[in-house]
Amino acid sequence: MATLPDRARAVVIGAGIVGNSMAWHLARLGWRDIVLLEKGTLPSPGGSTGHASNFIFLTDHSKEMTAFTVDSVAQYRELGVFTQTGGIEVARTKERLQELTRRVTSSKSWGVEPVELLTPAQVKQKVPFIDEDVILGGIYWPGVGVVDSLEAGTLMRRKAQELGALTVAPGVEVTGLDTENGRIRRVRTDSGEIEAETVVIACGVWSPRIASMAGASIPLTPAIHQMIDIGPVAIFEHVDSAVGYPIIRDVDTNMYERQHGNEFEIGSYAHRPILMDPDDIPSIAEAALSPTMLPFTREDFDPQLEDALELFPEVVGDEKAGVKLAINGLLSLTPDGNPILGETSEVKGLWSAAAIWIKEAPGIAKTIAEWMTDAEPEIDPHGSDIARFYDHHKTTQHIAARTSEGYNKTYGIVHPSEQWASNRGVRLSPFYEREKELGAEFFEAAGWERPYWYGTNERLLAEYGDRVMPREAEWESRWWSPIINAEHLAMRDRVGMVDLSAFAIFDVTGPGAAAYLEHLCVNRVDVPPGKTVYTPLLNGAGGILADLTIMRLAHDRFRVVTGGGLGMRDKKLFTDALPADGSAQLFDATNSWTTIGLWGPRARDVLSSVTSADVSHQGFPFLTSKTVDINSVRTLASRISYVGELGWEIYVPIEQGLRVWDALWDAGQPHGLAPVGIGTYAVTARLEKGYRAHGNELELDFNLVEAGMARPTVKDADFVGREAYLRQREAAPVAVLCTLTVDDPTSKSGVKRYMLGREPILSTDGKPLVDSRGRRSYVTSAGSGPSVGKHLLMAYLPPDVAKVDTPLLVEYLGEQYPVTVAVAGSTPPFDPDNTRIRS
Amino acid sequence: MNILVCVKRVPQTGGRIVLTPDGQSIDTRFLGHTISPHEECGVEEAVRIVEKEGGTSAVLTLGPAEAEEQLRDAMAIGIDRAILLETGGTEWDPVSTAGVIAETIEAQEATNGEFDLLLFGNEAADTGDYQIGVRVAVALGRPVINGIKEIWFSDDRREVLARREAPGGGWETFDLPLPAVLGVKEGLNLPRYPSVPGRLRAKKKEIERVALGASPSGALGLGAGEDAAGIDSAIPGPTKLRLRLPAEERTAAEVIGRGPEAAPAVVDLLERIGVVAR
Amino acid sequence: MSGAVVAFVEHAGGEADRLSLEALALARGLAKLLGKPLDAVVLGSQGEAVARRLGSHGVGLAHTASDARLDDFAPAAWAASIRDVIERRSPAAIVAAGSERGNEVLAHVGACSGWPMAANVVEVTPGDSWKLTRQRWAGSLLEDAALDAPVRLLTVAPHAVAVDPLNTSAPAPTITRFEPELEPADLVARVVGREAKTSAGVSLTDAKVVIGGGRGVGSAAGFAQLEQLASLMNGAVGGSRVVTSLGWRPHSDQIGQTGLRIAPDLYVACGISGAIQHIVGCKAAKRILAINTDPDSPIMAVADYAVIGDLNSIVPAITAEIERRREAGRPST
Repeated sequence: MATLPDRARAVVIGAGIVGNSMAWHLARLGWRDIVLLEKGTLPSPGGSTGHASNFIFLTDHSKEMTAFTVDSVAQYRELGVFTQTGGIEVARTKERLQELTRRVTSSKSWGVEPVELLTPAQVKQKVPFIDEDVILGGIYWPGVGVVDSLEAGTLMRRKAQELGALTVAPGVEVTGLDTENGRIRRVRTDSGEIEAETVVIACGVWSPRIASMAGASIPLTPAIHQMIDIGPVAIFEHVDSAVGYPIIRDVDTNMYERQHGNEFEIGSYAHRPILMDPDDIPSIAEAALSPTMLPFTREDFDPQLEDALELFPEVVGDEKAGVKLAINGLLSLTPDGNPILGETSEVKGLWSAAAIWIKEAPGIAKTIAEWMTDAEPEIDPHGSDIARFYDHHKTTQHIAARTSEGYNKTYGIVHPSEQWASNRGVRLSPFYEREKELGAEFFEAAGWERPYWYGTNERLLAEYGDRVMPREAEWESRWWSPIINAEHLAMRDRVGMVDLSAFAIFDVTGPGAAAYLEHLCVNRVDVPPGKTVYTPLLNGAGGILADLTIMRLAHDRFRVVTGGGLGMRDKKLFTDALPADGSAQLFDATNSWTTIGLWGPRARDVLSSVTSADVSHQGFPFLTSKTVDINSVRTLASRISYVGELGWEIYVPIEQGLRVWDALWDAGQPHGLAPVGIGTYAVTARLEKGYRAHGNELELDFNLVEAGMARPTVKDADFVGREAYLRQREAAPVAVLCTLTVDDPTSKSGVKRYMLGREPILSTDGKPLVDSRGRRSYVTSAGSGPSVGKHLLMAYLPPDVAKVDTPLLVEYLGEQYPVTVAVAGSTPPFDPDNTRIRS
Repeated sequence: MNILVCVKRVPQTGGRIVLTPDGQSIDTRFLGHTISPHEECGVEEAVRIVEKEGGTSAVLTLGPAEAEEQLRDAMAIGIDRAILLETGGTEWDPVSTAGVIAETIEAQEATNGEFDLLLFGNEAADTGDYQIGVRVAVALGRPVINGIKEIWFSDDRREVLARREAPGGGWETFDLPLPAVLGVKEGLNLPRYPSVPGRLRAKKKEIERVALGASPSGALGLGAGEDAAGIDSAIPGPTKLRLRLPAEERTAAEVIGRGPEAAPAVVDLLERIGVVAR
Repeated sequence: MSGAVVAFVEHAGGEADRLSLEALALARGLAKLLGKPLDAVVLGSQGEAVARRLGSHGVGLAHTASDARLDDFAPAAWAASIRDVIERRSPAAIVAAGSERGNEVLAHVGACSGWPMAANVVEVTPGDSWKLTRQRWAGSLLEDAALDAPVRLLTVAPHAVAVDPLNTSAPAPTITRFEPELEPADLVARVVGREAKTSAGVSLTDAKVVIGGGRGVGSAAGFAQLEQLASLMNGAVGGSRVVTSLGWRPHSDQIGQTGLRIAPDLYVACGISGAIQHIVGCKAAKRILAINTDPDSPIMAVADYAVIGDLNSIVPAITAEIERRREAGRPST
């Protein structure tokens, strides 16, 4: 047993690939007195690192995940543990063939090149043992490879030890985590206690169990992934190198296959999802192979064998090649499929580095280490931030439902708007029943059921005809309806009502509230009561963390309103910054208030008919809020707009929400009021107005100058990121956020195609656009612009092409379409002077 | 050459055995199962003999319904057919087990002809009773020898020759007239892994099932063996009462050094305990 | 009906086998509990000579059959001889060693008589119903069981019972010679050929020092250094199951559940992680020295001494040190 130090600056629990990477990156960034605890033995402690297949495909449709992976491969290469083999995904269906073209576009957007589509014959050239008659084509990435993750971990431990930064303690089991006043204080183990102010949980499938020792929650579940190894395969006997053929993903059957030496490994994500309770994982001593290598359940795998045999008859059908190893390997699944990274919301100083695959581990560890050091990670981890979870996300039922549903999406063709089917209806607005009656098509956000469009608005289609920009292709029609665009036009013509219940709402109060908020926000928040402020939040490096609105309700009272998707992440940003002296407090009022958006040229007519309050332009100017009584309900109305129309967000105590909805509905009928879904609110109306959205245009990767959000002056008060922001304003922009219009969406086959986002923007000669920081231009948001009659795209472009009328190309599903820069900067394509909002 | 190999389904235990709370069996929730190692070699040997000599091979097991898995494993590497004596899950004592296997073999031979060779594992990995093969052989009146690590046949194929290790090293050869029974040990051969086509073929094969009822208790004589062995009845046993884990003998090893620099300390130790002369 | 406890004693080279002496120890305790005499059965032309020396192990009466056909292993014939003694003596129990031969012979006795047989017993409590504890999983697990039969047949687990200290003043046992009636069928399974072991030197089961190699040895060639060290201590070399499966050592050298169980004075485990299947084969060693890169490997839990590091540098260093001291003629301090 190792002797443990009494104290540590940081304790990393778990010495799989993640824990080893964490130890190294913390050491590299100057951390000392790091202790790496491991229950098992080194170098292969018994977690998923020991049995994972170790191959790395780089492209994910998620920019964040691809960035983690690309960074990881660079690190593995530097350690000398990466072997480039190339990798191929094959298509057995036409739908998959289209998906492969989408994989090409994502590769180009994220700079994972070269990438190449292959015919079956070309696949056969690279993989002579494949039956090319089974497939329709393939996609080939030469940069795919395999990594020795155990060696990588050993090297990283050694490097950290050489810096004198790390104590490695194998054979030590954590038995408890002590907290004090919400902070981690101590790690208890079977070999003694360690005082520590920072603890990183890198325990893979055991992470929930360890986190719960401190009262924190890491919502993942261990699940089984099956793989078998067959050999010796006669036709591999001549292969010189360990890996002589590209790795194959037979994605339509949810399988992968790889040759190594004279053996062939087959892995599957096709079987029923088999989840486990972390407490049920056998101990190292009890396990036959390792705790994460469980007995093979052959009945789950037999259908896969038939599929593998069909594709690789010579290899899998080799009568002399035996099934040498067959395991049910444990891996971590999360409710949304993303890793779980960052400081837990429950316990300060307790960090999660969980649900991470080998392909992305070093990149993620680097990101977390940067985040722990100065909160300025190079790669924006917001999609994986542990703080994204609401409480209901942490329930066993939700985890089980979503991971079961998500498991078979591992290699699935997942539409960017695809909705979850399981565990729906968790958060219902007061208007839910009304919306159902109106034929709402519900999309989920933060657990809320939100109407994306309303079936009963189908009547509007006749009114607007082709202006709704109907879609012919099935792919873009999926999770979409022309009714969205009809609602959009009806709102622009008359008035629409939008359910905004998914907002996250925090009330900040106290004598220090103004100073506290001023320090967090870029824009001046210390405004007269009644004013509403829209402001970004930055990190120290000037990267964009969030954007939100703040209403000053009184001298010591503010209301922060932010999107539901990252509501809990934003709440943590605010909570973490609260003054230690208690002069400001934050109350999460999300579940106290519901919100109705009322917008359109006739919004004032509707509102004035249900209230006696002065709602005239003079009496209720833009960017102000005030109390408005509606049918005996006291509401807070805020004159603001995310859709570019005259109107209000009306905040209503949640139990009285329905009363206000009904009052507005009734009053709106003479004015042609239509219920309007989020399809209009978040996409079409926003794009026409050039409004930026967090996670699309706004990320740590970009700054306010590039986003066209820099205001003429910078407030005097200090705020997080001010220094960086001032520097960014001085420098020439490296990229400019532009709005582009698709000139002609007609494909070669004569079908109009509409981009959905994340496609690469190319020069007219088909070359990728790369800015001087190496960032590629890609579509950050895409959608119809029914009022401008064009399909709209937003993209950051290098300054030389970020000029109005510059012709460019966008690549979509294997074809390139002409586009034109319509706006460089933040001028809205629709109503550029904002007369509607200010009418 | 017609060969029957008898196998047992046993859990693949890990570093530490965990018992069910009632102490009646091993907790196998997280354990896979396999053919007991000696018998795996028996299966391989049966396949090899039939590959070389012609004839047919069969595999038989007494166990729970799940033991089908092990029978299919055997068929996946080339055994022709399988017989499952289904117990319903309770463990049978060796006397009863041998009795019902002997009866089954007689019944099988009545319809399918005689087995030239019956192969058993020297002992099952789990219970370690060391007697099933001998009891079946005696019941059937056939010669038997255990501990076999090599098998071949006389030129006229009327005798089987078999070798086992002699105490203290070297080999002893036995020569039995067929039909005969052998208890084999690991080392007899290196069993092959099943191929994928083999697995898929095995999946489709029929398994002959015989339901035995819940437990062997009741009057289960030696049946087929009565005449041959001249015994009126057999007494079942031993009767399992409960299982328990031996007291753990975990000691902390005294680390006497690291790396080659430890050599003098090691030799000091060897001298102290008297295995190297001072 | 004597109610005696009869021990079946195997022997070689005129000496009772060690495992048989262990069985005798258990049988002697059992006889004491029952208040009955302890007998022995010793077969073969050397049998009587062996039997005469069993008095020091508490044997009062020895049944010897000097039929030369019983010299070599012939399990059915040996069993028939024991059944002859049973018939004449009506003992309470037959106790044999849990050796390959002991188990096989008693299985024959059980099969022919229709009585149950308990293999690898470590403890017996006689009573109305006899309770016993026996090994399963080669000793990783114990079974408490009941054994009821006119004559209890049991074998004693290897290395689970200590050999009794010799009582040199004890009188030689009374010898009863008998001539078992052997049917031709009893002699069908008998040794017809014999091949001496190919490797010179002491056998794994007899060696006072055994050096075991595991995956850490790295190759078949890597065993040369273990052989060299073993030769300096008149020891034998064995291996883990991995090693024999990989073909680095012959299968007959496997130490473990499906191989040999050894009980040397010193077992040196080199590059062996210590899976339970291996440990059951070596845990009867008086002392275990583990040489392993991993201080947390399971072998450390059973080892008495450990050297941490790569055996491929440590083993040659130990060999060199022994040779150096031999040349110097004196040990260093």
